[in-house]
Amino acid sequence: MYALTGVTKRFTKGRKEVRALDGVDLSIGDGDWLAIQGPTGHGKTTLLQLLGALDRPTSGSVVFDGDDLAKLSERRLAAVRARSFGFVFQFFNLIPTLTAQENVETALVPLKVSAKARRERAATALADVGLADRSGHLPAELSGGQQQRVAIARALVTEPAVLLADEPTGNLDEDTRDEIIGLLEGLWKDRGLTLITVTHDSTVARRAPRIAWISKGRVSLRKDDRRVQRPRRATRKGTDGEAPPKGDDGATVPKSAGGASPVTDGTTEEETAAE
Amino acid sequence: MFLTYLRRELRRRRRQAIVVALGLALGIGLTVTVTALSSGVQSAQQSVLHSLYGVGTDISVTQQADRGSGGPQRFDVQRQRGSDQNRKSFSTDRVTAGIGLQSFGAATVAKIAKQPHVSAAAGGLSLTDVKVNGKFAQQQGQEGQGGPGRGGFGSGGSGGNPGAAPSQPPINVDTFSIEGVDLSAPGVGPLSSVDVSTGRSFTAADAKAKVAVLASGFAKQRGLTKGKTLTISGTKFTVVGVVSGGGQSTDVYLPLAAAQSLADQAGKVTTIYVKATSASAVDAARAEVKKVLPKATVTSSADLAGAVSGSLSGAASLAGNLGRWLAVVVLVAAFVTAALFTVSAVSRRVREFGTLKALGWRTRRIVGQVLGEALVQGVLGGVIGIALGFLGTYLVNRLAPALTATVANGATGGGAGGHGGTGGPGGGRFGGGFARAAQHTVEVHLAASVTIGMVVLAVALAIAGGLIAGGFGGWRAARLRPADALRRVD
Ligand SMILES: Nc1ncnc2c1ncn2[C@@H]1O[C@H](COP(=O)(O)OP(=O)(O)O)[C@@H](O)[C@H]1O
Ligand SMILES: [Mg+2]
Repeated sequence: MYALTGVTKRFTKGRKEVRALDGVDLSIGDGDWLAIQGPTGHGKTTLLQLLGALDRPTSGSVVFDGDDLAKLSERRLAAVRARSFGFVFQFFNLIPTLTAQENVETALVPLKVSAKARRERAATALADVGLADRSGHLPAELSGGQQQRVAIARALVTEPAVLLADEPTGNLDEDTRDEIIGLLEGLWKDRGLTLITVTHDSTVARRAPRIAWISKGRVSLRKDDRRVQRPRRATRKGTDGEAPPKGDDGATVPKSAGGASPVTDGTTEEETAAE
Repeated sequence: MFLTYLRRELRRRRRQAIVVALGLALGIGLTVTVTALSSGVQSAQQSVLHSLYGVGTDISVTQQADRGSGGPQRFDVQRQRGSDQNRKSFSTDRVTAGIGLQSFGAATVAKIAKQPHVSAAAGGLSLTDVKVNGKFAQQQGQEGQGGPGRGGFGSGGSGGNPGAAPSQPPINVDTFSIEGVDLSAPGVGPLSSVDVSTGRSFTAADAKAKVAVLASGFAKQRGLTKGKTLTISGTKFTVVGVVSGGGQSTDVYLPLAAAQSLADQAGKVTTIYVKATSASAVDAARAEVKKVLPKATVTSSADLAGAVSGSLSGAASLAGNLGRWLAVVVLVAAFVTAALFTVSAVSRRVREFGTLKALGWRTRRIVGQVLGEALVQGVLGGVIGIALGFLGTYLVNRLAPALTATVANGATGGGAGGHGGTGGPGGGRFGGGFARAAQHTVEVHLAASVTIGMVVLAVALAIAGGLIAGGFGGWRAARLRPADALRRVD
């Protein structure tokens, strides 16, 4: 589904140059759930933007279904975003003046769906996230968890191949966080979509079968068995004190919503070297 | 979706939308008012000009009499009929042709009418009726002793010298102006511009009749109405109509033949009213007239407009300069404000638009949304602006004082412009001031009105304002990177 090779993204802030991504190689298979974990400011969002065709890399290629997203025209990119990707944002990003139902409908606008079909599909999507009774509410009238559900309904209403979520639980309390993660997990399983979640929170990342650790713009993961390891640099410098992801067998993520993946401490230097 | 979204956004930013709309409304309203005002002033100017020699008239021709020959009439109290020197009282009623004006014959009129760029020419005879009655003080008022006049008892004349020994009151002097109208050329001449208030204007059938049409002001002053009789120098005329808007310089209109016989000026006219074949032919026609009558004063509307002064021309320049500039400044300020507000609103919606881009919305659609919102504000501003324009115009009409227009000497087609200063002692002659005020002042009421054209202008401005504001906002929105959606935290 995705093949990233030598992806670099630089930003210039005044005279200073920031290397948000620094030679990322990554491949993501159809139907995968990849969690991108790493400390704040280390390039997670930047990577997700490149995966979601919201931005272009400075160099390298982001190949999605055979197309290099770096080279597509702005128009084609808009079409790819509309058809293939669904986004969930940390701050929900709902249009404040539109009702839940209308917010979900906005995703169908570029697809030229008839108004009637748009309404029906949006209502179904809202029902799927358990908010059928809130369709007429404005975002301000909904709790954070409910708003994120609306955002998830909006992301899924187009039946995208990939669901991209940037810190989807970053703005939620713990109970709601589990609820939303459970919802995403259920959708991933039921719909066979590719799910990419970005988080700095290891309790969230742990739920994913595969974790990519990102630090200072570099991604490291064990490709063979989807084990994830903490990169050397992060360990050494203890960039943000985040508990490192575990070398747990990601393939056996418990299907029960409540259960967390078993955690094994002490990812070794050797494991990182193996990468 | 487009409309729902647009409506919701405008409602959310209601206050800002209202500020933008009101700003545009102010600019548009002011523009409409100023435009209405200046067209009102223009039409007032037109009506002043028309009142002087008619709508259809492009050129008027008069000619000064050779100096020394004087006017055709002398005014000599001692020889007036009806006076009785023995009783030391007198009463006269004399009609004089425009003193100091050369008269033209019918042949001249016909010749001018035949010029290639002239479509019609009509003669007009400007007369003044003077009724004087009163008593002489003893041993005064003898011929050669200064006559009865303080030369200025015509209106505004500056020519007459005071008599050496002013007679004592009461002497009643009553003058009114008469215009003999050529009925064979109905489209040209002083009656072509009047509005009939009561009765009728002349028809061709009146050419030989003893009928009169009165200016409304004169009719009112004299208590004359349709059907009544006006006696001029012993001849009775039946009033057939009262007109307004015509020459306020003329009190009584008579058929040309009747006027000529009153003044013993058979076949003579003092003014020739000329209509050119087209507006662009006026200059050519003028040159042709000048060729036929080299010594004549040939006046076209353009000359006359330049000679109009007074508060009317003050209003014209006010509306033309100050008003226009004010409207332009306010409009520009409104446009800039609208654009700034829209751009800042877009900037505050970076995340929102970025999100929509992330959802696959094309830039075009987002720009369209911004433009749509701005256009609605513009149109709202336009509607309020048109209302303000109507209100402003109404207020201008209500509050504007009556404007006066003064047409300088020599420019009036109506036959002013006698040479003053001939009323020397002993002559008993009156200068031009007696024939007609050398300066002619007309009072006009400003009637500014909002026309369809102005409404169209307002709508165009409103749309332009919306497009400009929306254009800037859209430009800002188009430059947003969708990546900002995930980055920007409001
Ligand atoms: N538009 C931008 N301009 C300049 N620097 C940026 C921009 N976007 C991101 N960065 C920088 O790139 C780095 C990675 O940012 P980001 O991908 O948002 O990190 P994360 O999501 O992991 O917190 C940070 O140092 C950030 O400051
Ligand atoms: Mg981030």
